[in-house]
Amino acid sequence: MINRKDLWLLILIIIVGTVVAIINPRFLSPINLSNTANLIGLFGIFAVAQAFVIISGGIELSVGSIIALLGVVFIDLVASEAVNPALAFVIVVAIGCLIGLLHGFLVAKLGLQPFVVTLCGLLIYRGIARYYTEDATAGFPFGASFPTLEWLTAGRFYGIPHSLIAFIVITLVMGVVLHKSVFGRYLFAVGKNEEAARYSGIHTARITIAAYVICCGLTAVAAVFIAMYTRSISPSSHGNFYELYAIAAAVLGGCSLRGGEGSIVGVVLGTVLLQVLQNLVNLLGIPSSLNFAVMGSVILIGVLADQQISRRAARVKAPAG
Amino acid sequence: MPEPFLKMTGISKVYPGIRAVDDISLSVSQGEVIGLVGENGAGKSTLMKILGGVVAPSAGSIELDGLAMERLTVGGSMRGGIAFVHQELNLFENLTAAANIFIGREPLKGGPLRLIDEEELNRRAEPYLKQLGADFAPETPVARLSLAQMQLVEIAKALSLKARLVIMDEPTSSLTASETERLLKIIARLKAESVSVIFISHRLAEIEGCADRVVVLRDGRRVAELGKVEIHAETMIRHMIGRDLKTLYRPPANPPGESILELTGVRTAYRPEQSVSLSVRRGEILGLAGLVGSGRTELARTIFGLEPLEGGSITIKGVAAPIASPSAAIARGLYLVPEDRKRSGLIVDFPIRENITLANLEAHAKRGLIDFDAEEKDALKQRQRLDIRSRGVSAPASSLSGGNQQKVVLAKWLSMEPQVLIFDEPTRGVDVGAKSEIYRLMRELSDHGVGILMISSDMEEVIGVSDRVAVMHEGRIAGFLERGELSEQSILSLAVGRIAA
Repeated sequence: MINRKDLWLLILIIIVGTVVAIINPRFLSPINLSNTANLIGLFGIFAVAQAFVIISGGIELSVGSIIALLGVVFIDLVASEAVNPALAFVIVVAIGCLIGLLHGFLVAKLGLQPFVVTLCGLLIYRGIARYYTEDATAGFPFGASFPTLEWLTAGRFYGIPHSLIAFIVITLVMGVVLHKSVFGRYLFAVGKNEEAARYSGIHTARITIAAYVICCGLTAVAAVFIAMYTRSISPSSHGNFYELYAIAAAVLGGCSLRGGEGSIVGVVLGTVLLQVLQNLVNLLGIPSSLNFAVMGSVILIGVLADQQISRRAARVKAPAG
Repeated sequence: MPEPFLKMTGISKVYPGIRAVDDISLSVSQGEVIGLVGENGAGKSTLMKILGGVVAPSAGSIELDGLAMERLTVGGSMRGGIAFVHQELNLFENLTAAANIFIGREPLKGGPLRLIDEEELNRRAEPYLKQLGADFAPETPVARLSLAQMQLVEIAKALSLKARLVIMDEPTSSLTASETERLLKIIARLKAESVSVIFISHRLAEIEGCADRVVVLRDGRRVAELGKVEIHAETMIRHMIGRDLKTLYRPPANPPGESILELTGVRTAYRPEQSVSLSVRRGEILGLAGLVGSGRTELARTIFGLEPLEGGSITIKGVAAPIASPSAAIARGLYLVPEDRKRSGLIVDFPIRENITLANLEAHAKRGLIDFDAEEKDALKQRQRLDIRSRGVSAPASSLSGGNQQKVVLAKWLSMEPQVLIFDEPTRGVDVGAKSEIYRLMRELSDHGVGILMISSDMEEVIGVSDRVAVMHEGRIAGFLERGELSEQSILSLAVGRIAA
């Protein structure tokens, strides 16, 4: 299932990792690895989510705001309303799915542009989150403790953070959905050529809507993990720019913003690379203000290299065809 | 008649396997209106592309104002005063009429700021529009204009470019009767101002009305030139047809059975004022002939549930049920092989295998998960059955030739027990060998009881394949022809809207 593009990405990750490890051996320390793994898990869940929408030919820009809003809601339900955490989790994921349903409906049935719909979502959910908490930081009251919930979401199993385990499980399931199921095939078909998909009897609107539901539902799952990791949420900044991490990971992993292309393995590798880079900035003493600049440059170089390689491949093929 | 300013001599254009234009000579004098007629594929478009400098001729010479050359370039053609009014208008709908007329030549103001001088722009556009009798202001956005008005903008643009020759390709195909009349008046006005016009139309009555002479093309050759007094629709039709048609026809194994697809008073969104009634019987191939724009494709799209049914009913195997989507049509065994293979028929980047199984994926899946072995097996089976020339079924469909791509589209439907198959231009862009294979397959299917509706603009195909033909003209059925009555003459007469003899 691993293709050549993914292999390049893997090699790049290993090279970057090796270089960082040589310069600063702390990269391989258990604590650093465990922290990085945790971040990979947290960011990976909503990056995989984003991939579904991107493959459908759309984009989901409200990820960060959804993470803020649902994080606030979750903490409020558990800490203030004393709702059973399991029930709170179900409620939050259900809200996420509803948001996805709304986005999908606006895009597929009313024909609005995904960028516009989800940009409005970005603004709306952020606004609601701030209003909901009256712009105060949401957190657990002093002394409150939910040992089971905390262990489940932020705990570790032999040093492996549970967020990473959740990410792996979600990735395996969604990998099957994307690459082995009828729905997955239809999703690629709709993203690649919606008209031909419709001519083949595929309910293209339903497929598109499902992509948004999956995206926002999984993002809700991520929102709970992230809320439990940070434990306090300041609604004006929590999750800011996370949608861009997700899009960046998907694009690095070979998803085309034109739709119809991408793989789960690619998205996972894209997420890993982004987090390793993040780690590199910290460990190599690069001013953290340059964080975004480093990430942006690497993505740009990656996409450029990919385009040049595939162009050359097309040129080699052209005379034969 | 003044000396011609444009002379084309012995022009040929050869594409692999086809002579699109074969030794055609044509000259144009100042202020003359030339009607150019011929069937679909007679070479009119290619000849005009050569005039526009888009296509280089394989042989022959072109003389413009006494200057001989091998070919025209797009720029040379424009500078020579040749302008086009295309069937599909090339206007920027988001700009005003005046801005379109002077696109790329806008009057400027503000010195180094290079701002557009809107007032000057509109002032300059005004006289051209007035000259054509336009009933709208230069500052009107094109998006708000009717099709006929947009044509005026195109013509005004041509005039502003000092055009001496305006080529109009099917300018009236989407116009109402009164708009058409006005366009003919404009042509007369252009003529009075010494502008020449080449008028391409399937509507022979219009040609009768405006042309000074008519050039008839057939199979890439110029077969007749008619002077003013000889221009009659019958004469033109006689010259347009009359080639030897290869006998492709294979009769059906059994006489046709009961009606399997029945359209009663079907109205499409394309021409809601017209209605279509026809029936396709079990085991027959019903050809649907007509000129481009007669509404055949729109009818097929409506039957297949891609466009709303505006009225009437569609009955499949005696059951009238609304078909609201392609999947509803497919569920009832009605499939469409669309006209535009690469856009609607295939996902060209998908492997052959995935294209073949796309419409029937559920049958290759258990609990929502694809059974890849079963899929591969079925795809290979279909590949063998249809003799798709490819290495395996993993190559993308884009790597195949046109004929083999069409076979992949067919393979998609054949694995699913069709009741009714609609073919829209089944062999467009398909080489001769694959063509006859597709015809053989169609007959095989009809002999197995499938009802086939075949839309085709290729006369040879219509006459060579159909058991019966329905001819469409401007959104309605102009007439039905039985096998014995099929001839180019009879089909074309109905297609151009003349009452059957």
